[in-house]
Amino acid sequence: MSLFQIIFMIGQILILTLILIHNAPIMAWVERRGAALMQNRLGPNRIGPLGLFQSAADGIKFIFKEDQIPGHVSKFYYVLAPLVSLVPSFLTFAVIPYGSQIDLGGGQILKFQIADLNVGILFTLAIASLGVYGIIMSGWASNSKYAMMGSLRSSSQMISYELSMGLSLVGILMVFSSVKLGDIAAAQGQTLLQLGPIALPKWGIFIQPLGFLIFMTSVFAETNRLPFDLPEGESEIVAGYHLEYGSMKFAILQMAEYNNMLTGSGLLATLYFGGWQMLFPLGQIYSHLALSGMTADWVRVAFEIGSFTVKVLFFMWFFVWVRWTLPRFRYDQLMDLGWKVMLPLSLVNLFITAVMISYGVI
Amino acid sequence: MENVEKNYPSGISIERPAPGFRDSHDPDDLWDDSRVYINIGPTHPAMHGALRMAAKLNGETIEGSYCEFGYTHRAKEKLGENRTYHNFIVYTDRLNYCSALMNNVGYALAVEKLMGIDVPERCVWLRMICCELARVTDHLICVGINAVDLGAFSFFLYGFHQREEAYTLIEKLCGARLTTSYSRIGGMMQDAPDGFEKELKAWVNRTRKVIDEMDELLTTNKIWRNRTVGVSTFDKNMCLQYSFTGPNARAAGLDIDLRRDQPYLFYKNVEFDVPVARNGDVYDRYLVRIAEIRQSLNILAQCADKMKKGPIWSEDKRVRIPDKDVVYNTMEGMIYHFKFFMEGFAVPAGEAYTAIEATNGEMGFYIVSKGTPNSHRMRIRGPSVWHYQGLTPMVKGEKIADLVAALGSINIIAGELDR
Repeated sequence: MSLFQIIFMIGQILILTLILIHNAPIMAWVERRGAALMQNRLGPNRIGPLGLFQSAADGIKFIFKEDQIPGHVSKFYYVLAPLVSLVPSFLTFAVIPYGSQIDLGGGQILKFQIADLNVGILFTLAIASLGVYGIIMSGWASNSKYAMMGSLRSSSQMISYELSMGLSLVGILMVFSSVKLGDIAAAQGQTLLQLGPIALPKWGIFIQPLGFLIFMTSVFAETNRLPFDLPEGESEIVAGYHLEYGSMKFAILQMAEYNNMLTGSGLLATLYFGGWQMLFPLGQIYSHLALSGMTADWVRVAFEIGSFTVKVLFFMWFFVWVRWTLPRFRYDQLMDLGWKVMLPLSLVNLFITAVMISYGVI
Repeated sequence: MENVEKNYPSGISIERPAPGFRDSHDPDDLWDDSRVYINIGPTHPAMHGALRMAAKLNGETIEGSYCEFGYTHRAKEKLGENRTYHNFIVYTDRLNYCSALMNNVGYALAVEKLMGIDVPERCVWLRMICCELARVTDHLICVGINAVDLGAFSFFLYGFHQREEAYTLIEKLCGARLTTSYSRIGGMMQDAPDGFEKELKAWVNRTRKVIDEMDELLTTNKIWRNRTVGVSTFDKNMCLQYSFTGPNARAAGLDIDLRRDQPYLFYKNVEFDVPVARNGDVYDRYLVRIAEIRQSLNILAQCADKMKKGPIWSEDKRVRIPDKDVVYNTMEGMIYHFKFFMEGFAVPAGEAYTAIEATNGEMGFYIVSKGTPNSHRMRIRGPSVWHYQGLTPMVKGEKIADLVAALGSINIIAGELDR
């Protein structure tokens, strides 16, 4: 690995970390304004243009608030829990490709992905499961009945939905015969169907529609968002596992949640919506530009990063959209859905995919 | 609630067992019947107002519970015995604060019944508008808050927007939004402004559309139905046992409505249906309330059409508050005004119970007078008291999330409950 590649890698890590840190405040703003839009309200509009600095003000408030540790908590785990939630939420984004690669010549390839691990998606699943430890820890260490109930709900919910999530993913892994996210994204550039002038790309959603639905629902459950936000079910168990948390520790738990949303959106985009494959007008514009050499590569990557961002933003918006539309499930209904509907459906999906692959349909 | 501490053999340290740990019924098993006891409220986001419920949980299932109220007790009834009849009007606002206009009307009707006063036609129509406007706002809050508790926040705000507009209308009537004190004994505080009927009808038409929209959003929603159908069922028999009235009773199939069964005001002169459901679960209570909002909107439109110009005060000298120009320009008026507000007016000896169909059910005022300006005894029947008693049997054996749904659906208003 040359020096340039190492610098490039460190640059990527820094930029993505910064993006992930700023994800929570920006999403908080999007959520508030989005909710206001849907509810015929104004939302925050006092600080900065369109209330954009409201989140910054909130961040400052979180930092300057007294960092109180209640007397009845188990101190070590209480302090550790937010970190245990936060770190996996940062790590998972490392394997998601947000652009293709540039060949600099001489065997030097720049990959727009922090780590193209050969275990790829498995790494994401493994690290994402670690996040539940933070929630269990915070619930247990808080020494409060409501917090305990929240963390119990959360752990059982995550375990149940991780199963169908993993199984629904197997379908897509079978189709693309790879667990490397870079390969999966690249493979989705092929054409699935040519309908006159319109070329239907070989995106995951077109070959795995059922798998997509199951995966998306599981992502909602994994990130504890409505309609699956039982761990924090505000009206029932007050605030669930972050009931006893205040100031920055509370903010960190929130940050972990928003980062998980971002990772979930990134995975949805990469696995089912072509990842960095260019969106409709961009591809055409790029071929019309008829660039060559280094410029062509950099413009192509810029277009790809733009497309990926748009896809991710759509899913982030979708999370907000659903949250302000649907009511919440009840705990036993959630479990029923997970074990009696999602799991059999993902098995059916797996079966159908296997049959179709063996007959060479896809 | 059962005693938490049991008589364990001495010398054994007892720690709080894990919830639902074991249920062996073995007398030697220390952790047999291990359950978690949880305090829900009085400062819990789902306990609207200050209510407390102590529940025994097995996992998430409520095995037993105990309801407690009185956190907002302000001795309303005793105050009624110490204040003059006129002074007590402001206290009625604080009973069911979501429908203050209606409480004012109910109280005025009760005192007028004791005194044998008839009020002019326009006053009656105004009072009907008050009652139905209050019913719509109260029901909007109830179904909205119920939805918020189950996670559907936008639904609540659609209704809340219409409620704010209704409050603007109420502000035009009496200058206040929440605590209105609009009715007076023998009349109203002031007449409705010009063009009020027109504005009311415009609001009714807008609200009808919003109700349709809200209906579409939630009524057939799968998750909403899962959360509410068959949940916290309180059947007809139980409703009779627990003296349920109003929408909660009608949701269980009890076809009772004082507006139709014992018509007061001009309810005989308007057309409306009494929606009745069958199962008495959270879903049916929600449906009945939505249907009642529609009926109330119809009544409001009819009232706006039928209301004519005219006096709003009874000409009975005992209760007529003198007009300001009489007070400021004549000696007699001044003296009369002073005496009215300092001493109040005497109500003939006797006792009377007057009930109206309030938003939550039968709201009654039982007044015993000994011929003085203060009542001798004042008792108020707040429907929430009876509904709150029913919460414990209603949620037995259900999940803790259902408790929240049940509480929201029977619409307990702490002001009316504690008085």
